[in-house]
Amino acid sequence: MTPSASSAITLNINGEKYTLPVDHRTTLLDALRERLDLTGTKKGCDQGQCGACTVLIDGRRAVSCLQLAVAAEGREITTIEGVADGDRLHPVQQAFLDLDGYQCGYCTPGQICSALAVIEEHAAGWPSAVTTDVRPEAGVPELTAEEIRERMSGNLCRCGAYVSIVEAVARAAEAAQGGSAGTEAAA
Amino acid sequence: MREFDYRRAADVPGAVALLGADPEARYLGGGTNLVDLMKSGVERPALLVDVRELPLDRIEVTADGGLRIGATVTNSDLAAHPEVRRRYPVLAQAVLAGASGQLRNMATVGGNLLQRTRCGYFTDLAAPCNKRAPGSGCAAVEGEHHNHAILGASAHCVAVHPSDMGVALAALDAVVSYETADGPGELPLEDFYLPVGDTPERETALPPGALITAVTLPPAPVAARSRYRKVRERASYAFAIGSIAAALDVRDGAVREVRLAFGAVASRPWRARAAERALTGGPASADAFAAAADAELAAAQALPHNGYKVTLTRNLVVAVLTELAEEAAR
Amino acid sequence: MTTTTGPARAIGAVGTAHTRIEGRDKVTGAARYAGEIPFADLAHGWLVVSTVARGRVVAVESEPVLALPGVLTVLHHGSAPRVDADYVGVLGRPDPIVGLFQSDRVPCAGWPVALVVAETSEQAREAAEALVVRYETEPHDIDFAAERSGTYTPEPRETMETDKGDLERELAASAVVVDARYTTPEEHHHPMEPHAATVRWDGGRLEVYDSNQGSKWVADELAKLFSLDPGSVRVRSEHIGGGFGSKGVRPHQVAAAMAATVLHRPVRVVLTRRQMFSLIGYRSPTAHRVRLGADADGRLRAFGHEAQNATSTVHEFVEASTGFGRVMYDADAHRTANRLVRLDVPTPTWMRAPGEAPGSFAVESALDELAERCGIDPIALRVRNEPTAGPVSGLPFAGRALLSCFEEGARRFGWAERDPRPGVRREGRWLLGTGTAAATFPAGARPSTAAVTAEADGTFTVRITAADIGTGARTALTLIAADALEVEPGRVRVRIGDSDFGPAMIAGGSTGTRSWAWAIMAAAAGLREQLALGGDIPPEGLTVRSDTSAAIAALPEKERHSYGAQFAEVAVDPASGEVRVRRMLGVFAAGRIVNPLTARGQFVGGMIWGISMALHEEAVRDRASGAHVGPDLAGYHFAAHADVPPIEAHWVDDPDVDDPVGIKGIGEIGIVGAAAAIANAVWHATGVRHRDLPIRPDRVLRAGPDGSRGA
Repeated sequence: MTPSASSAITLNINGEKYTLPVDHRTTLLDALRERLDLTGTKKGCDQGQCGACTVLIDGRRAVSCLQLAVAAEGREITTIEGVADGDRLHPVQQAFLDLDGYQCGYCTPGQICSALAVIEEHAAGWPSAVTTDVRPEAGVPELTAEEIRERMSGNLCRCGAYVSIVEAVARAAEAAQGGSAGTEAAA
Repeated sequence: MREFDYRRAADVPGAVALLGADPEARYLGGGTNLVDLMKSGVERPALLVDVRELPLDRIEVTADGGLRIGATVTNSDLAAHPEVRRRYPVLAQAVLAGASGQLRNMATVGGNLLQRTRCGYFTDLAAPCNKRAPGSGCAAVEGEHHNHAILGASAHCVAVHPSDMGVALAALDAVVSYETADGPGELPLEDFYLPVGDTPERETALPPGALITAVTLPPAPVAARSRYRKVRERASYAFAIGSIAAALDVRDGAVREVRLAFGAVASRPWRARAAERALTGGPASADAFAAAADAELAAAQALPHNGYKVTLTRNLVVAVLTELAEEAAR
Repeated sequence: MTTTTGPARAIGAVGTAHTRIEGRDKVTGAARYAGEIPFADLAHGWLVVSTVARGRVVAVESEPVLALPGVLTVLHHGSAPRVDADYVGVLGRPDPIVGLFQSDRVPCAGWPVALVVAETSEQAREAAEALVVRYETEPHDIDFAAERSGTYTPEPRETMETDKGDLERELAASAVVVDARYTTPEEHHHPMEPHAATVRWDGGRLEVYDSNQGSKWVADELAKLFSLDPGSVRVRSEHIGGGFGSKGVRPHQVAAAMAATVLHRPVRVVLTRRQMFSLIGYRSPTAHRVRLGADADGRLRAFGHEAQNATSTVHEFVEASTGFGRVMYDADAHRTANRLVRLDVPTPTWMRAPGEAPGSFAVESALDELAERCGIDPIALRVRNEPTAGPVSGLPFAGRALLSCFEEGARRFGWAERDPRPGVRREGRWLLGTGTAAATFPAGARPSTAAVTAEADGTFTVRITAADIGTGARTALTLIAADALEVEPGRVRVRIGDSDFGPAMIAGGSTGTRSWAWAIMAAAAGLREQLALGGDIPPEGLTVRSDTSAAIAALPEKERHSYGAQFAEVAVDPASGEVRVRRMLGVFAAGRIVNPLTARGQFVGGMIWGISMALHEEAVRDRASGAHVGPDLAGYHFAAHADVPPIEAHWVDDPDVDDPVGIKGIGEIGIVGAAAAIANAVWHATGVRHRDLPIRPDRVLRAGPDGSRGA
C-alpha cells in the first residue's frame, strides 16, 4: 500500500452519519468545529489539559482534541448538540441553566458532557481518587460533593463557576439516581 | 504536525507487521500522550498503527491467582475492575490518581507505561534536551527543576517519569509482555526502563518495533493492604511531585512483607528495595519506617530546587506505612 | 439570605434572581464564539513566535514553506503590510506588540515574528513549525528582584508616589513595627476561550468577529493601526469565553486583518494556549516592602508600601499595587510608591484586580502580622484603623461599609470562636487554621452611549456596545432596562457586542455594568418622556440615544469604592506540604446588586481566583533562554474542581446618595484580599508566615513545621 496522508471516513455523531475526507492530522475536535460546523465542542488548550473539548465516545467521556478523527471512525460520538431531546433540555443542562453553573460558557459544553458521564460512571460503581475504600466489597461510594469535585476535575473553569457547577451536577444526579447527591462531608 | 499515514491493525501479528522496522512509525493507543507530542513537534511519525481495536482489552485471572491485563485495557477499565480493586487496591488507586476521567477513558495500559516525561524542556523544541535531541544538553540541571529527579538521574537528564500506574506496578512485581516480528518476549517492570546514564533518549528495553501486549501481576497477598498516596500542586488533575505505592503485611508488630515504590523521583517508577530490605522482619514502627526511607534515600542527589523531594518522600513513607500498620492493628 | 439596596420599583426586576438570557445557547452549544462563525473560503493563520529573548530577526526562510501543501502566504517584517502603532487610544498608547511585523527587533521570547496562512489549520500548523527563522541574539536579562539595578519610579511621579508625614520618625516612635517583604509571581489570565479573530473585507469595511472586552474599543484601535476611517471597521463579539483583562487589541486581530488584506479572503487566527503566555499580557511578578508602625493598641502611626513590578523594554505597564493602601489605611505618616524595572519580557497588562490583587496580599498579610505582634484580633485591628476620609486624597467616602462586611462576615463565619494561637489545631494529618483580610476596589464609571428603541410591537430593543465576558452583563442590563422602562424583562431585548452601536466603556475595571447601566437608564428615561407625549410608534420604532459623558463628569469627587471582608479556613499537611482550602466566605459592599444569581458567581469566581493566586499560579521562566518553562495548562496550574470547597458570598447594604445608578462593578473585588486571607489562615494553621506566593507544597516543606521562615 502506498502511504496516504488522508482518508475518507464516516463519523457517527449524535445519531447521524457524516462522510468526509480527512487529513489524518485532523483531530475529532477540529473535524467537529471546522468541517462539520458542530462548534458546541470547544477548544480550550488543544492538549488534553482543560476538558473543554469533552465529548462522549461510545458513551464514555473523552477529550476530542487528542482523538484523531480517522481513529474515531466506527464509534458513536455524542457532542453537546446531541444532549438535549429536541427542544427539551437534558436535566443536566437544565440544572446548569437554573443554578448558573457557568459564566463565560466556554467550558460549559465540556462540563455538561463530563457531568453526564460522571453520573453514569458513578451508577456503574466506579470508584474515584477520593473514594476511601476502592474494594468492591465496600460498595458504591455516595456521590458526595467531594466525589463530584474529584470526578469533574478534568474540566477546568477559569471563571470559577465550580461551586454552582457542583450544585448542578448534584441536582441532576439526584434526579437521575434518586436519593441525595452532592452533600458536604461533615466539617 | 507532519503528514502521516494511518493504518488500523486487526490482530497483533498484523500490527507488528504494519509497523515493521520503520523507525518513523508509532503504535497509536489512546493517543493521550502521543497526539499531544505530535502537536508540539516532539514526535513526528510518518505512520501510525492504530492498536486500539486489537483483542488486548481483557483482564484475566491467571492460573496462579495473579492478573493478566491486556495492553489496550483503558485506565478506567483497569481501575474499575473488581479483581484489581479487590486484589491490588494500590493499583486502582494509582490509576485513579492520574489524569482525568476523560483521559483515563482513552489512555491504555501499554501507552501509560510508554508515556514520556512532562519536563518543560522536553516539550519545548527550542530548548536543549538530551532526551529529545541527544547531545543538545540538559536545560533543567541549571534551570527549572523543582519537579525533577533525585534518584537515578545523571548529568545528562534529570527528568522524571510521569506515570502513577507504573509506580503501583513497580511495587507489584509486574511483568510486561510484548510481541515482535521475531516472537514474544517478557520484561519485569524493573528491567523495562533503562538507566538514564548518557542515553536518556533510550527509555525502555523493548526491542525495536515491539508491541506491548499485556502486563501480568503475580499473586501478591500483601497487596490486600496497600495504598497509593500522591502529592501534587493542586488537588487533582496534575502530575505528581511525589508519590508512593505501599503494601504492608504486619503480624504481631513485625513486618512480614512490605512493598514500596516511589513516583516523581526518577526517570522511572522507583522500586525501593533498600527500604524494603531494611523493614522486612523488623518492627512496624514510625522510627523503623523513617530509617528505611533514609536507607533508600541515602543515594538521593538533590539539585538546588528539588531537595524537598527527599523530605517529602521520606514523610510519605512514614505516613502511609504508619496508616497501613495502624489499620492492620485494628 | 441576602439584603439588597435601592429604591423599590414597580417592576422590580433588579434585585431578583434571573437565569441568563443566553443561558440556553450556552448549555446547548448553540452560542457561537469568535472562532466559530462560519465563512466560505476561510483561510487559517498560524503565528510564529520568537525563540530568543533579545535580538533581531535576520532571516525568515519563507520559500520552502510556501511550497508546502495549502500554504497561501507568509507574513513577516519583510513582507507584511505597514501599520501604525504610534497612536494614543482611549486607554493610552498600545503595547507595541500590536505593531505586528513592523521591525526586525525581538524584545522578548515569544514575540510574534511571522504569520503563516494556509487553506486548513493542519497545513498552517505544520508550515508554521517548519518555518525557519534566523536570529542574531543579544544577551538578555529577565531577572526580577526587589530593588534590583534599573529599578525606577515611572511618570507621572505624583500618581506613582504619595508621601504624608515622616515615615521614618513614626516608625521609630512606634511600639510595634512590621517590616516585611512579600512577592507574587508572574500570573496569566488564561480565559478558557483562546483569543480568536475571523476577519474579512466586506463592501469596503473591515469585518471582524473577535473575542474581546470591548468591540468599539478594538474597532477604533484597528482603525488607527490600519489608518482607516473609524466607520470602516466593524467588530462583533457576541459571546466571549472569558477575558480577565487580556482581551483587547492583540496580535491575532492584527495578523488576521493583515492576511485578509493581502489574500482578499476571510482569515481566522486563533492563538494557541502556549502562545497565550507571551502574546496577550499577563500580571507581572511583584515585590513589596510593607512597613507598619503602631501603638501597642494597634493604632497605625506609620504606613509604608513600596511595590515593584517588571515591564518590557518596549512599553511601560505599572501594576499599581499601592492603590490598595491609599484607600484602606490611614496613619500619621503614610508613604507609598510604585516602581518598575525594564526586562526582556513581554509587556504585562491588566489582570483581574490589577494592583489591588497583589497589593492586598502584601498589605493584608502585613496587617495580620501586626495583629499577631500586638496580640489583638485581626478584625479589631482593622476596626481600630478605619479612616474617616481618604487617607491620601482627604476626600470624603461616598460610602464605606467595610466594617459592616466584617461584622456580617464574622457572624456568619463563626469568627468569635476562633482561638488566636497558631499551630494548635490538628485533625488527622492536617493542621487547621482560619484567616481574614479586607478588600476594596474602585467603583468607577466611564462615559458610554446607548440607544433604546420602542418597537411597534410593544417590545423594546436596547443597543449598546457592552461585552458579556461571562459576567452576566447582558442579563443584568436587561433587568436594568426593564425597570427603567417599567416593563417585564421579557419585553426587552438587549443587543451587545457590536461596535456599530457606538462608544461605550469596555468590560474592565469593574466599570462595565455600572457605565452601561447608566447610559441605558438615561436613554430609557428619555424614551419614556417621549412615549408619555402619546402618539403612534412608527414601524421602524422610536429610538432615544444617550451619552453619559456630562452626567459622569458632574458626579461629585469622592472616594468611591466597593469593600469586602474575606474569610478562609485551610488545612495544611506539614508532612506533604499540601494546603487545602476548606471553606471561604466573603461579605461585600458593592452597591445595588442587580442579579443575585449571577452576582454570586462574580464574587465566588473572584474568590476562587484568590485560591489559585494563593496556592497554584506561577509562570516560570528559564534564565538561560528567557522563555517560559512548561507554558501550558499542565505546567501552569489554577484551581480545578477538587481545589474548590464550599464558598459563600453575601452582601450588605451599600447606598451612595449622590449616585443615580447605585450599581458598582463586582468582577474584581472577589479576588482582592482572598489570597491574604488564605495565607493568614496558613499561618494560623502552622505558625509559619508565607510571604511568597504561591504557597506550594515544596515551599511549605522548605519552611518547615517549626515556625522557621520559608526560603
